[in-house]
Amino acid sequence: MLTVTHFTVLSAILFSLGALAVLIRRNPLIMFMGIELMLNAVNLAFVAFSRFMENMDGQVFVFIVLTVAAAEVAVGLALVVAIFRARDNVDMDEIDLLKG
Amino acid sequence: MSGDYFPLFVMLVVSVAFAAIGVGVSALLGPRRPTAIKGQTYESGMPSIGTARRRVWVRYYLVAVVFILFDIEIIFFYPWAVVFRQAPIFLLVEMLAFVTILLVGYIYVWRKGGFDWY
Amino acid sequence: MLLTLPEINLYPLLPALIPAVTAMLVMLADVLLPGKNKSWLALLALVGLAAASYFTVMLFGANLSAFNASIVADNFALGIALVILGAGAATILLSLDYLRARQLDLGEYLALLLGAVSGMILMALANDLIVIFLGLELFSLPLYVLSAFWRTNDRSLEAGMKYFLLGSFSSAFFLYGIALLYGATDATNLTKISAAASEPTVASNPMFLMGAALLIVGFGFKVGLAPFQWWIPDVYEGAPTPITAFMSVATKAAAFAAFFRAFMVAFPSAVVDWQFVLALLAVVSMTVGNVAALTQTNLKRMLAYSSIANAGYILIALVVGGQAGLSAALFYLAAYTVMNLGAFGGLVAMGQGDQERLTLDELAGAAQTKPWAAAAMAISLLSLAGFPPFAGFVAKFFVFGAAVNAGYVWLAVIGVLNSLVSVYYYLHPIVKMYMNPPAEGWAQAPARAPIFLAVAVIVAVLLTIAMGLFPGGMLNFAQAAMVK
Repeated sequence: MLTVTHFTVLSAILFSLGALAVLIRRNPLIMFMGIELMLNAVNLAFVAFSRFMENMDGQVFVFIVLTVAAAEVAVGLALVVAIFRARDNVDMDEIDLLKG
Repeated sequence: MSGDYFPLFVMLVVSVAFAAIGVGVSALLGPRRPTAIKGQTYESGMPSIGTARRRVWVRYYLVAVVFILFDIEIIFFYPWAVVFRQAPIFLLVEMLAFVTILLVGYIYVWRKGGFDWY
Repeated sequence: MLLTLPEINLYPLLPALIPAVTAMLVMLADVLLPGKNKSWLALLALVGLAAASYFTVMLFGANLSAFNASIVADNFALGIALVILGAGAATILLSLDYLRARQLDLGEYLALLLGAVSGMILMALANDLIVIFLGLELFSLPLYVLSAFWRTNDRSLEAGMKYFLLGSFSSAFFLYGIALLYGATDATNLTKISAAASEPTVASNPMFLMGAALLIVGFGFKVGLAPFQWWIPDVYEGAPTPITAFMSVATKAAAFAAFFRAFMVAFPSAVVDWQFVLALLAVVSMTVGNVAALTQTNLKRMLAYSSIANAGYILIALVVGGQAGLSAALFYLAAYTVMNLGAFGGLVAMGQGDQERLTLDELAGAAQTKPWAAAAMAISLLSLAGFPPFAGFVAKFFVFGAAVNAGYVWLAVIGVLNSLVSVYYYLHPIVKMYMNPPAEGWAQAPARAPIFLAVAVIVAVLLTIAMGLFPGGMLNFAQAAMVK
């Protein structure tokens, strides 16, 4: 029997994997994917809570989060393309003009 | 319970049948005179050069991004459609407001040349 | 599924709605109307902001709420909205010549800026975690783009990229916090969360505590509290200077408004003991910001560290809480907005063409080549350092006074010590500008007098002085803002 705890734990694992991807990987595209994974882990938690508490609000939030995620991808890809055009390299370790 | 899915099953059958009949009938009735030139991948196009696994012009990404943005807005139509009959006038006005906002974005992309990909 | 129609009352939402509609009008006018010179779009944007300010003032005292209490237009939120609208208008004025000198597109810039203003005000009005999140994203996304707006400049692009990656990373944590609170309390409305949290079983639920902690991370990132501050210096240095000015004041006002509301409404201190954690964050932010600012030679970077320290000062007001904390915070945010805009405005005015003078060496002797800009910067920096009779002095006085009255004497003492440290780095540029011989290669007179820029800087400086000399009126306003 699946309980809400199973979903909560799964969403926590997915969220941590996404966060690790952002922290460890240096390719911005992979880092986006990590952020997307984090957002989708949140979506899973919302849907699970909504289902087990019989409160529809959680499902509505998922729609909002999906839209926000799409907007973030659009902005992020545009930035990657702009940087790639300017310097032919998008590795985050080599983008280091600003420091000090 | 299973009766709820019957219309879905009918739609599945009809759509598969429609596609199969279209392809099948033209294969049976259409004349076929193969030549070497016709057998090429792009018969009337340019001779193909090199591999397909090369970089695509970065301009295409813009079309992809615009597609993602407009595509994702569709999800708001699903919950809207589910409850639409309960307050048609009110919900229609709400959706018109939503679509108007999208339209502003569409006009902006269009006039800024976002869809010019040549 | 049964549909319950929400109560639709757009009137309390007008302060956020009008900038959004203006943004759309600017976009349409930009692409549909003919003509090469689009400067009048700025006028359209300013008219929109003025209309929004008008309705914001009209809403004062009414305490309206809408959309099942997910929007609350109380006087605190409206005061913050006025600060944001003013910052937006000033940013437009600061940007006109800056954009022209770099041949950047005005229409797109204005639409993004108005979108950000709209999101910030939505966040200030929000009484529901999901609306707070929407507002947060609505202003963050345009700001990512605006940071990278000077797209032929590698530093601007880098700032945009870093801001985007770290910003969306922190938004995800914020959102996860919302999900956990929703799971623990079955609500996202702050008032309902507060009601649910009065049950001991909910308040001691680890999911609930974890959710509240993740909210602190999310808010801490947006307002720039240490230890969530790593992005601030890089982004503030790389972004176009008017955008840095806008981010430093308006983002802070919006995020602090939601921060205050979330922690004063949803988690009353009787239920969750968060004061000590926040006090610790305040101390770390003040110290990290001020100490790191001491060694900076680039003024944008220095003001970035100064903004971290100022976030720490404002957080003291949240620790104090209650009427006193709220009115001190509102006054501090308003004062910080005018003096920081004055400082950044002076910095923009120092530039020539697409060149900026940002380092201490480049600013040497600027009092001779650009006397007015140097004077504006000097007054704003003195105010930031907390010298009377400027706004910064009164603001710090209120915050530290509120802390002492509430029994947080140790916090006030650390704050005052930090202010003393900060005097060094605020005075350093003034000494350079007034005591040193002019740096070479900077012409005496500008090619063209930047009128709009001058208007914005003069208004900011006059307000800095006025709020310092006559704090009574402004303070009465801030205190009246709290009465429910």
